Amino acid sequence: MTDPMTIRLDPRSLALRRTIIRALEAGQRGHVGAAFSLVEILRVLYDDVLSYDAANPRWSGRDRFVLSKGHGCLALYAILAEKGFFPEAELSKFCQSDGLLGGHPEHHIPGVEASTGSLGHGMSIGLGFALNARCEDAAYRTFVVIGDGESDEGSIWEAALCAGKHRLGRFIVLTDYNKHQSYGSTAEVQDLEPLADKWRAFGFTVTEVNGHDVAALREVLTKVPLDAARPTAVICHTVKGKGIPFAENNMAWHHQSKVTAQDAERLVAALEIR
Amino acid sequence: MRKTCLDSVYELAKKDRRIVFIGSDLGVGTLNQFKQELPDRFFMEGVSEANIVGMAAGLALEGKIVYVNTIATFITRRCFEQVVLDLGLHNANVRLIGNGGGVVYAPLGPTHLAIDDMAIMRVIPNMTIVAPCDANEMARLMPLTVEHRGPLYIRLGKGGDPIVSTDAPFEIGRAIPMAGGSDVLLVSTGITLKLALDAAAGLKAEGISAAVLHLHTVKPLDVETFMVHASRVDAIVAIEEHSILGGLGGALAEIVAEAGFEPAKRFKRIGIPDMFPHGYGSQASMMARCGITAERTIDVVKELLAVRTARTS
Repeated sequence: MTDPMTIRLDPRSLALRRTIIRALEAGQRGHVGAAFSLVEILRVLYDDVLSYDAANPRWSGRDRFVLSKGHGCLALYAILAEKGFFPEAELSKFCQSDGLLGGHPEHHIPGVEASTGSLGHGMSIGLGFALNARCEDAAYRTFVVIGDGESDEGSIWEAALCAGKHRLGRFIVLTDYNKHQSYGSTAEVQDLEPLADKWRAFGFTVTEVNGHDVAALREVLTKVPLDAARPTAVICHTVKGKGIPFAENNMAWHHQSKVTAQDAERLVAALEIR
Repeated sequence: MRKTCLDSVYELAKKDRRIVFIGSDLGVGTLNQFKQELPDRFFMEGVSEANIVGMAAGLALEGKIVYVNTIATFITRRCFEQVVLDLGLHNANVRLIGNGGGVVYAPLGPTHLAIDDMAIMRVIPNMTIVAPCDANEMARLMPLTVEHRGPLYIRLGKGGDPIVSTDAPFEIGRAIPMAGGSDVLLVSTGITLKLALDAAAGLKAEGISAAVLHLHTVKPLDVETFMVHASRVDAIVAIEEHSILGGLGGALAEIVAEAGFEPAKRFKRIGIPDMFPHGYGSQASMMARCGITAERTIDVVKELLAVRTARTS
């Protein structure tokens, strides 16, 4: 596996981050670190993996996607806007009273399946989508992205038990494993290791990938489900705040409020360094 | 009441492919026929209420009508945030069926007493709360739950409760006037209708005219019908097998306070005081210890009307 810390970001990944910074600037706040660790995961899902129709977001044949770690929504909004689910102009109204997009995803937003924000909810909702697919013999898959801090929630493991029991092959859980939560490192606050073993023990087929390595993500995610008779867990090793050297793994950048135009310029400039 | 409710889910599911059942870890044999005949729509998912409610929301967002059943305390308190966000916020078509509303599980102690279920369900936007008084009313309710929009909490009584409901048309959200009267209005929900009717009979023997209004639906509350009957009397008494905080009595107090009756109505809540009920015994004995009886209702009414008499004389 390549190193998430040292891997370089290509122009598209940098452009998506610039879009996120502009939305952050418009809203003057946002979860920077959580969004930046997600960019490549979402980019690959929406570029190469998920079936969807941005003009008809509720198309019944679409793959379902739930961002359970809803605080990473800036990355999702940047992708959804780019793909045409809603006008890109909405990004410049982020968190504003007349805007479509707020600090956590809501299900009335085109392309958002479920409202998330309080952690530990999205995986069970996704499980409902997946069980419906089985019940209706529908071909769609369900993808859920959870956070590592979120994995402290008991409900995640209730859902994991349930998915394992049902041997839900078309249910894929991706962990954005940036190894940092709000207060500090996951090792310090609530250690998840051995994480892959935990998912295996719950009946998942598990793989691990550098969550910033686009080629590697593409290689893995275009092959899921990895086992038709088991749910898949993809542990994506990421860097919180990836792309901004002074924000990387810096808890002060977990959530930022009062982001000024000057701050935004500093972020964009830092991106250009790499 | 519970048997009627669950049997109805099975009967409805046979006719409607959208209907799904989820239990936690219910008694062995529960809905066996459902499980055998409709296995793809029957789920028993273990003691994991948070996951079950989230999963129910996901199924409902895909078009299913999901009936979830477990003990009332666990389906309300244990997974409260899932109920608020996954069901309420998404306005999901999930029906929560809570066994043992009130003090049905008195022998099992305070962990199993649903003294606050209606209060915490009431504050959730989009939530509907129905507490039928007997099995017959349950049978009238259940077919209406299929097309009901949004989440619904069904509060079950003990089972084998005396039949007191009539064949009056049943509509979710519409109160049922059970007896007319001009002195006092007794308002019930769930099995306390029986107490209200008994109290009304006792009061009649003492020359006091008591109206009885059955509010099987605590939310949305039928304010219109309540106001019609409240305006005709001097005193109003809410009777519920629930904390006096936040349930039927709380809801009516809010309405009465804002109605600005001239002259003011006398008002009293009969229910579980703001405490964890002590001891065990039966549902009936615990209700009696909490003062939820027809006899106490009669005494309360007489006290309220005595104040009226003193005030007007």
